[in-house]
Amino acid sequence: MAENRKSAGTQSGFVRTEDAPLMPPPPSESGITGWLWQNVISSCADFTSVGASVRSIFMASFTLFVAWLSFYIGWGLFDFAILSAVWDDPETLKREVCWTEQQGGSLPDGWHGACWPFIEAKMKFYIYGPYDNSELWRVNLAGLIGLVGLAWVMIERLPYRRYVGIFLLTGYPLIAIILLTGGAFEVDYGTLSIMAILGLGLISVGRLGRRGILGDSVATVAGVFAVVGWLMVLYAGVMLVLSADVGLMNVDTNDWGGLLITLVVAVTGIVASLPLGIVLALGRRSSMPVARILSVVFIEFWRGVPLITVLFMASVMLPLFLPEGVNFNNLLRALIGVMLFSAAYMAEVVRGGLQAIDKGQYEGADAVGLSYWQKMRLIILPQALTHVIPGIVNTFIGLFKDTTLVSIIGLFDLLGAAQSTLADAAWASPVQGHTAYLFIAVMFFIFCFGMSRYSIFMENKLSRGRRR
Amino acid sequence: MAEQNAVDRSKMTVGDEVVVSMDSVNKWYGNFHVLRDINLEVNKGERIVICGPSGSGKSTLIRCLNRLEVHQKGTINVHGIELNSDLKNIEYIRREVGMVFQHFNLFPHLTILENCTLAPIWVRKMPKREAEEIAMRFLEIVKIPEQALKYPGQLSGGQQQRVAIARALCMQPQLMLFDEPTSALDPEMIKEVLDTMVALAEDGMTMVVVTHEMGFARKVANRVIFMDEGQIVEENNPEDFFSNPKNDRTKLFLSQILNH
Repeated sequence: MAENRKSAGTQSGFVRTEDAPLMPPPPSESGITGWLWQNVISSCADFTSVGASVRSIFMASFTLFVAWLSFYIGWGLFDFAILSAVWDDPETLKREVCWTEQQGGSLPDGWHGACWPFIEAKMKFYIYGPYDNSELWRVNLAGLIGLVGLAWVMIERLPYRRYVGIFLLTGYPLIAIILLTGGAFEVDYGTLSIMAILGLGLISVGRLGRRGILGDSVATVAGVFAVVGWLMVLYAGVMLVLSADVGLMNVDTNDWGGLLITLVVAVTGIVASLPLGIVLALGRRSSMPVARILSVVFIEFWRGVPLITVLFMASVMLPLFLPEGVNFNNLLRALIGVMLFSAAYMAEVVRGGLQAIDKGQYEGADAVGLSYWQKMRLIILPQALTHVIPGIVNTFIGLFKDTTLVSIIGLFDLLGAAQSTLADAAWASPVQGHTAYLFIAVMFFIFCFGMSRYSIFMENKLSRGRRR
Repeated sequence: MAEQNAVDRSKMTVGDEVVVSMDSVNKWYGNFHVLRDINLEVNKGERIVICGPSGSGKSTLIRCLNRLEVHQKGTINVHGIELNSDLKNIEYIRREVGMVFQHFNLFPHLTILENCTLAPIWVRKMPKREAEEIAMRFLEIVKIPEQALKYPGQLSGGQQQRVAIARALCMQPQLMLFDEPTSALDPEMIKEVLDTMVALAEDGMTMVVVTHEMGFARKVANRVIFMDEGQIVEENNPEDFFSNPKNDRTKLFLSQILNH
């Protein structure tokens, strides 16, 4: 034995003098056969023992069952939506175009397919709700500006993306509000100017306080003064802009509906929840007891109640507490409710990201002299938010779908609009509901799937180059 | 070994100016008394090496010098400014004191160059061009200018630690703190980091170094401090410290780390 090993060692039989040939992989490793082998066949081709054979047979039958089921469902959907569907209504028969002979129409008995002329007829209502027909261009324009701006920010090759992004978050909301409502808000200029002056006063107190001129007790809360002051000035400015009469017809928010409401609620919630959530998450991890307790109470309160309750409270209970004559817009109340609700969820997602950041990152940032906000903005948050992109987008998607709940407080979002069209007897047919719900499902899927894909793209982009 | 690459001591002069003074500093972690009555003065240009068994409080000590750790009793003055809860003092001192960590603590989402320019731009309000020029100069000093556009994750441990040194130097600090800078490195990378530190010492930088690299201590330190159980138990020049330790614990420690 020892002899053998010794001779093998002296023969140097394992040292190559020529390159070993490069060979193509076996068929089980590449191409379609390789894919089939690895993903389908390999799990049911092991017959080396009784146990393995039983498992293989089970796996084979299960594979076949799943294949049959997917085909059955997929085919049924395809048949309903495309093959058997009624596509047009040339004679404007309305409901009768989707009736079988038995029901008084011309389609064969037992027919089951989508009634697309119904959707086509209701399309305006699904997108805009009862919005005035002659004013639809305003919604289209607002949507177009938003869409172009969003695409601009997302496409990396375009210049000035930062400025377009800033416009989307500052100027665009004002333009959209004026376009959609018609502007010319009724405001009390006296109150606004008092507010602006008060705000400016608070800002200057904050300025002076930070320099320590007004004593130590003011210096510690100077930031709060400044923030409140800026908010007041901002509010006064925004209301001033919105009060301008640009000559557009006023459209009450009760006349909004469909996709318009869904997008207004979802986009407001999505855009507001992230910054609010970040502030709350930082507050919850703050070493200042007041900030921490306020954040914890806020988060736990809003997470502890269902969104339906929030919306009900906002629309039914809130007016009871307000003084007589003070009347909040119904949509605005829903928006605020959704915003605060989603901010609480977002805060916990962001906090998860913050906790994943190594203590060394904080120390590294401290050691080079960055201030708290610089440290958070430049070092901690960029990393923390990258870690939790899946969680953030998850919250966004959840929020987008939760907007359907606003229909219970009388706002006709996409789903609410669809449901209300089902009551239209002019289109009554057995497939009316199926068609409408299929359409709504597809609409929601497009938006949610889009967000999901974009988040995957962002994850890949942000992790590129940063990992070994 | 030490003779092979001799150290140029011409610029290693110790000035009169006191950079750090710790006066009966005490610190507790809960009930654990981690720093016990520490008194230490560091003059400009001094190279001080702190060693001692793990848990002896040496890392805590230098982390108190830029207030990554808060001491509860006694006073610490850095550049004549007392370290207390005043944020302005803390921010000032952190600008003037550079620190290098055991685990580098580079910012993984920024390139090497951005790691180096971040603090000068945001803390010193330096124009970006100028900050980049300075950063490239220090990256050349630590001998990795060609890696400037890579991310930290793409560099070896030794390279990362040299970037960390360059990052600290970009703030042009008066004092550099090193917290076990070579402990997380593979043996072959320790030398490149130590060489960088020796070059820094030759340039006259005031340094406080926590390390177990006794070769480095012998070569560049002008004082070696031995800590045990939160106290400074021996302090001497390197020759006497290594050849003639007085304290029993120092003797034991040296015999353990020099003979292994």
